[in-house]
Amino acid sequence: MSVSPSFDDLGPDGGRGRSLTSRQMAWYRFSRNPSALIGTAIVVSVFIAAIFAPFIATSPESAGSHVDFVNRHSAPSWEFLFGTDNVGRDIFSRVVYGYRVSLGLVVGVLGVAVPFGVVLGLAAGYFGGRVEFAIMRLTDIMLAIPPLAMALAITAVLSPNLINAMIAITLLWWTWHTRLIYRIVKGQMAEDYVEAAKVAGASHFHIMFRELLPNCVPAISVKTSLDAGFVILFGAALSFLGLGVAPPTPDLGTMVSTGSEYLPEFWWEALMPGMAILYAILGFNLLGDGLRDMMDVEV
Amino acid sequence: MAGPRAEGNLGMTFYLTKRALSLLMVLLGLAVMIFIIARIVPGDPARIALGPLATAAQVEELRQEMGLNDPIHIQLWHYLSGLAQGDLGKSLLTSRPVMDDILQALPATFELVLATVVLQIVISIPLGVLAAYYRDTWVDNVTRVVSLIGVVTPGFVLAIILQLLASYYLTIFPIAGRLDPGLEFQASTTGLLLIDSVIAGRLDVFVDAARHIFLPAIALSAAGIGQVMRITRSSMIEVGSRDFVEAARAYGIPERVVTFRYMLRVASVAPLTILGLEFASLIGNAFVVEFVFSWPGLASYGVRTILQKDLNAVIGVVLVSGVFFVIANLTIDALLGIIDPRHRIREGQRA
Repeated sequence: MSVSPSFDDLGPDGGRGRSLTSRQMAWYRFSRNPSALIGTAIVVSVFIAAIFAPFIATSPESAGSHVDFVNRHSAPSWEFLFGTDNVGRDIFSRVVYGYRVSLGLVVGVLGVAVPFGVVLGLAAGYFGGRVEFAIMRLTDIMLAIPPLAMALAITAVLSPNLINAMIAITLLWWTWHTRLIYRIVKGQMAEDYVEAAKVAGASHFHIMFRELLPNCVPAISVKTSLDAGFVILFGAALSFLGLGVAPPTPDLGTMVSTGSEYLPEFWWEALMPGMAILYAILGFNLLGDGLRDMMDVEV
Repeated sequence: MAGPRAEGNLGMTFYLTKRALSLLMVLLGLAVMIFIIARIVPGDPARIALGPLATAAQVEELRQEMGLNDPIHIQLWHYLSGLAQGDLGKSLLTSRPVMDDILQALPATFELVLATVVLQIVISIPLGVLAAYYRDTWVDNVTRVVSLIGVVTPGFVLAIILQLLASYYLTIFPIAGRLDPGLEFQASTTGLLLIDSVIAGRLDVFVDAARHIFLPAIALSAAGIGQVMRITRSSMIEVGSRDFVEAARAYGIPERVVTFRYMLRVASVAPLTILGLEFASLIGNAFVVEFVFSWPGLASYGVRTILQKDLNAVIGVVLVSGVFFVIANLTIDALLGIIDPRHRIREGQRA
């Protein structure tokens, strides 16, 4: 819920008329934006859960192929916050470990797809002509592929595991960044500073990466934050269909899928991991929305 | 690629032909790309299909049958000319032509996707208009929260929540399937139960089919509803400040008429474009939602064949999804051409 800060009050300097640097102004807008703050809090909590999983999980042995038939299908309680699954493993602990897989996927996919997409977008927008034609037609084709169907096909052929899921998602993800950067660069090409750099004899490399790229950074960071949520969603959908991480590694999508076999009596087994996915996606989305309001960019 | 600027180029036929051709190029590119991916994956497709226990002779025989021993460009040619005749090869899972399998599963998916798009338009555009009209009031905030929930909830999680609440606890909707097995009905005219039952005058079938499709369609439409609603809102606000709207108001035309007849027409361009672009991910989501509700569509076929590494069938499913995307976008292009003639001219020149 992007509530934009109102400027009809006295403002960050208490009405004294002292001017602020743009960085201070941006921080002020960010800190006054509830959605950005909630989003940050959620994202930080997810990262903490993933990094310190062994300390946060109430039953770390549940992350493996631990079996506890006495506590099979236990409802949520103080002992088992999110209940237990069909072999008695603590779902809360598995969710905490599951975030490791989700965040690993995010880092792996976006770490490759974003730089790749950005460079192609820069090239298409800057060089124009045949380069533009080739790159933008390729992205048109990629956009016509239902991403999930394609990722399913790739992971299936390569045999399902986390690395292959990562490869499949990466292959499809760069297009959105290419489109975004292409649009921005196209708009910037007529600006004076680009013209000036050309006249001054700057190299293509310099103009693309030193002049144009800095103007794309706000849009890239907003898009990347929003993307992180959708990569988690995508990975969860893949493993929900049985093409994700191999058991017993805790994976949120796989947990929902296994849990849904025990609906409706043991509802928590599907619902709790499902809510955990939702929580992480919500965090990255709110953060992205907050950044968008703060930097005032369209993505 | 600026085309000729002649007066004759403003026609709808010209515009649609150009769009169709460029979308056809997209489809051809998609076909070639899938072919390349299917060929560069490590491992022998015949070996993958037969499994590790098959003998070398069996693998060799299948290689011969699948044409894998021909040079790569001959294979590509056979594959493309087969596609042009609607031949997608044989499924290794069902040993039937992939095309037959897909045509059998297609109506169910088509019906679900159609119902979803209708729901998206019917729910999100009015809500977006409402949010713009009452902007920065509680109405706007409520729609904002609804759209956020729609965007961040994964389709399968929403599907499970809906199933739990509406099917298991309240028992007002069926849990899974497309039609009650007790009802005898063959959808033979269009393959769409909701339409065929009306044609056949079977009200009981129509009601039952509608009850079955409701939850999957809601689960599938949520993400799109969220996005389209926000875009309709911002688009309406932007259009609201244009001169022609001021002029219409100044003439004393009632606000309701200004909003729905003048503003919405112009403002619907952005949401429609998004609906078209999001269509690819909609079909992808249909896979998971169909899975939860045991919907007998393309997804159940797709997931089954994917798990069996049935390459021809997988390629077929992805290609048909691409055709879906192209047809949807062509439809939207036609709509945009009617709504906004300037779009027709602009795109006609670009494409």
